[in-house]
Amino acid sequence: MRFALFCTLLIAATAAVAAPLTIDYPKSSVTFVSKQMNVPTPGRFKKFSAAIEFDPAKLDTSKATLELDTGSIDAGSAEGTDEAIGKAWLHAAKFPKATFTSTGVKSLGGDRFEISGQLTIKGKTLPVTAPFTVKTQGDRQVYEGAFLIKRLDFGIGDGPWNDPDTVANEVQVKFRILAAPGK
Amino acid sequence: MSIPRYTAVAVLFHWLIAVAIGSNFVLGLVMTDMAMSPAKLKYYSYHKWAGVTIFLLVLLRILWRLFHRPPELPAHMKTWERALAGVSHLLLYAATLAVPLTGWLFSSAKGFKTVYFGKWPIPDLLDKNPLLADLLKEAHENLAFLMAALVVLHVAAALKHHFIDRDDILARMVPGLRPRTGG
Repeated sequence: MRFALFCTLLIAATAAVAAPLTIDYPKSSVTFVSKQMNVPTPGRFKKFSAAIEFDPAKLDTSKATLELDTGSIDAGSAEGTDEAIGKAWLHAAKFPKATFTSTGVKSLGGDRFEISGQLTIKGKTLPVTAPFTVKTQGDRQVYEGAFLIKRLDFGIGDGPWNDPDTVANEVQVKFRILAAPGK
Repeated sequence: MSIPRYTAVAVLFHWLIAVAIGSNFVLGLVMTDMAMSPAKLKYYSYHKWAGVTIFLLVLLRILWRLFHRPPELPAHMKTWERALAGVSHLLLYAATLAVPLTGWLFSSAKGFKTVYFGKWPIPDLLDKNPLLADLLKEAHENLAFLMAALVVLHVAAALKHHFIDRDDILARMVPGLRPRTGG
């Protein structure tokens, strides 16, 4: 009896929220573009995990979290990567994760949406908003979007690097997540 | 004054390029020795901008040279001396093109676009390729040192002409240096 009740509650709870999606990590990416002396320099995070519950009909309960392994950064070159992991930049030894937790999703019309949330890097949490699109590719859904952060707001690039003339303050972060519905 | 001098344009091209190459060679040695810092990134950009400028100047100089014969070599020079002078000058022209060219290719293969004066992006002739980048780095460095060796030979030859042969080879390229003969 108790079990039946539990099952009923569980089903009810599942129905109320959008179902979690299975992420296809090899085909998903979190990349970024920084500017060094006005030269666009692309990079990426090799390891991250995401949890997405998305239903365009239930945006109120749609949500997403993203967790980046800061130590898995590829800053475009071996020298750049060594530097980026270091204390002045991401300080991966002390802050191994950067996280994003959504606070809301709204529609921008058609397949365009906007996600808002809290981004935590290097122990500092700031709100970010990112427009994204949802497209269907075979049996997959492709979530693709981008947003700008100001690296100095998070203390990324301390000390001598606190100079946006060499490495620009604005860093564009791009995500492309491929997911299949259900588990 | 009947001694054949280089024209003002030839003298200007020679010294402008000589000073630019000398400075950029030293800058290259200094910047590669530096620890990672904003100054290092700045110097790399300056080095690339200077390299592009030198490459353009050398192209202009060669174009100009195609339509302007240099003054005759002194009559006392033996055939093998003339041949050696011809070959070494040809190699100098080749090196002054090859060094910036390999630098540009190296930068592209390394994944860093060259943005001239931080404003004008120069197309990448190569895609990012770390293995090729290492080879091009070696080529760029070795060619730069080969060029330096050619410059040493070039200067030694000029001094030999001036102090041993006591001819006007040096005087006709150095503004203000009085020719020994003629008049």
